[in-house]
Amino acid sequence: MLKTLRTIAAVGIVSEPPPAADQGLRQRAALQSELLAVLGRALAIRHVDAGSCNGCELEIHALNNPIYNIEGLGIRFTASPRHADLLLVTGPVSRHMATALRRTYESTPDPKLVVAVGDCGCTGGIFGDSYATVGPVSAVIPVDVAVPGCPPHPERLLQAILTAVTSERTGIARRS
Amino acid sequence: MPLTRWSSRSKALHGSPGAWTVTVAQREWLAAATEAAAAGGQLLSLWSTATSRGALGPTVWAALLIDGRLLVLELQLADSAQTYRGLQELFPAAARMQRAAADLTGIRSDAADVRPWLRHRAWPADVYPLEMLPPTPTGADVPVDAYAFVRVDGTGVHEIPVGPVHAGIIEPGHFRFSVVGEKVLRLEERLGYVHKGIERRFTELPAVEGHRLAARISGDSAVAFSWAYCQALEGLVEAPVPDRALRLRALFLEVERVQNHLGDLGALGNDAGFAFGLVQFSRLKEQLLRTLDACVGQRYLLDAIVPGGVAVDIADGAVGTLVACVQRTATAARALRAIYDDHAGVRDRFAGTGEVRPELARRLGLTGLAGRASGLGRDLRIDNPWPPYDALRPVLCTRTEGDVAARVAVRFDELEESCRLITGLLNALPAGALRTAVPAPAGPGFGVGLIEGWRGPVFIALQTGETGGVSRCHAHDPSWQNWPVLEHAVIGNIVPDFPLINKSFNLSYSGHDL
Repeated sequence: MLKTLRTIAAVGIVSEPPPAADQGLRQRAALQSELLAVLGRALAIRHVDAGSCNGCELEIHALNNPIYNIEGLGIRFTASPRHADLLLVTGPVSRHMATALRRTYESTPDPKLVVAVGDCGCTGGIFGDSYATVGPVSAVIPVDVAVPGCPPHPERLLQAILTAVTSERTGIARRS
Repeated sequence: MPLTRWSSRSKALHGSPGAWTVTVAQREWLAAATEAAAAGGQLLSLWSTATSRGALGPTVWAALLIDGRLLVLELQLADSAQTYRGLQELFPAAARMQRAAADLTGIRSDAADVRPWLRHRAWPADVYPLEMLPPTPTGADVPVDAYAFVRVDGTGVHEIPVGPVHAGIIEPGHFRFSVVGEKVLRLEERLGYVHKGIERRFTELPAVEGHRLAARISGDSAVAFSWAYCQALEGLVEAPVPDRALRLRALFLEVERVQNHLGDLGALGNDAGFAFGLVQFSRLKEQLLRTLDACVGQRYLLDAIVPGGVAVDIADGAVGTLVACVQRTATAARALRAIYDDHAGVRDRFAGTGEVRPELARRLGLTGLAGRASGLGRDLRIDNPWPPYDALRPVLCTRTEGDVAARVAVRFDELEESCRLITGLLNALPAGALRTAVPAPAGPGFGVGLIEGWRGPVFIALQTGETGGVSRCHAHDPSWQNWPVLEHAVIGNIVPDFPLINKSFNLSYSGHDL
């Protein structure tokens, strides 16, 4: 126990400040005002691997490390779509996962956000559109923000998630 | 050498050193496999080539590993309606490979289980994607698959269906648990959800570009798969690889091993209720990724290995930085290991959980890291070292307990050993070219690549046709062997221990589903 506490004290706090949102990643501006007004940045994410090579998952895992410390921003990964505000979807969407992805989307309460992750999630990537894949996430469910990369850097992922959450609120402020 | 009576008919294969192939007749197929099994051999992979894509007509291939040496049996069939003798009695891992071969090419074994494996409902049962392209469905409406799971009857037995979408940052697959109370009586896996048509896609790419797709078969094993692909291709066209590039490839392979072991050791601590472990190990992993990014420009080495060599270099000035980072990682991991060992709660969750005894492991063909934790002392880097491993002499890391604790211990030992190898490689990097030009294959050829990735042996069989294009590229991840063993490992354990047991194997879905 002492060794554990000593390690914790010696390592200290290693979390870095989050990146700013990037509107260039936005795909569509849906009406998420209720969600954002109520929740702000406190967000529950459901990750769905819809056919990824698992490279993107490695970087999504990195968001939970103490350096990116996504939980420190009030964002956490949840085990059920019914508890989720945002779906973080990696692709390409395999035909065998298309129905599961759509059902996950349907199980997520409105208003909901979708972030498509990686070159494959954005366009189908190297796997393309074939007998086995339907290509990008947007071929199956509406996508709000798409973040390319193979795999995208965790900072870029964080930026995409923050873009999905913050921009609409900025938009409301500008409108009022 | 076992199977000496076949050696007069054998041919050396291009690519992986010491690999050979024998063409067998129907009546010899089972005899050769039986001899291989009797000699302690294991099935590495089984696949088939469809009528329209091979120069030979319908063919079944079985790659066997005997004392680290690769023997590929080739069985030519009269036509694709002809069945071949299934090898599942000799090698239980063959069962799913045979079902997958039937799904993709229509060539069937005589095994009793005729359920589809990789095919759900995305394409019709009488269409074989490696033979002919299925009609592209309009839209994304794929009917839900009705798979015949094996039912367990009895008082108080109920089923827990899990997946395909899992409750975490995990790949998709379906697990059907039959339980009484909290105790697991039976687990049946249903995989194939992330089938992306990779083997078909290989045939649509030029041979000299396939390494990019190979790296994306299973992202966590990108170095192993891209190296295996390049080894097969370089063997096929007889292209040399510069010494510096070979040493860098080995460096990248060991870095990939360290990355994955760091990730798993943290996740295993977390699954045992010790979040401290996840925090500390994920910090170490991130520091390694950042150092790698600074030194070679990639966090994950998905585009590091290319035909003829490597695409990235390590500047002389960066060598010291990477050595220091690896040394820091090894020291910190050693300290964390002492904390894991001292923690009563962690030890209680790890020890005796998800046991696979050596005898069962041998019988089922458990491979790679999980095999080494169950007393199977096999490691291709040692048993059949390919350059530059013939000069590196890695130390074998094994345990015999076969439980989660053993798989954790092997990871700790291998982490330390890989850090030692990395330091040695970095301190003695030869000067020289990074890559040589690899010509596109001009005609028919066959090359094999075999690499010990962090999870186990990764295998590529690359065939080119008359014009030099890829006619068939079969890729094999060690998860094929180990997924069925996971079903055995969980028997008698409680349901809440499943995530821990599953993580201790950490098998690839994408690498398996292709």
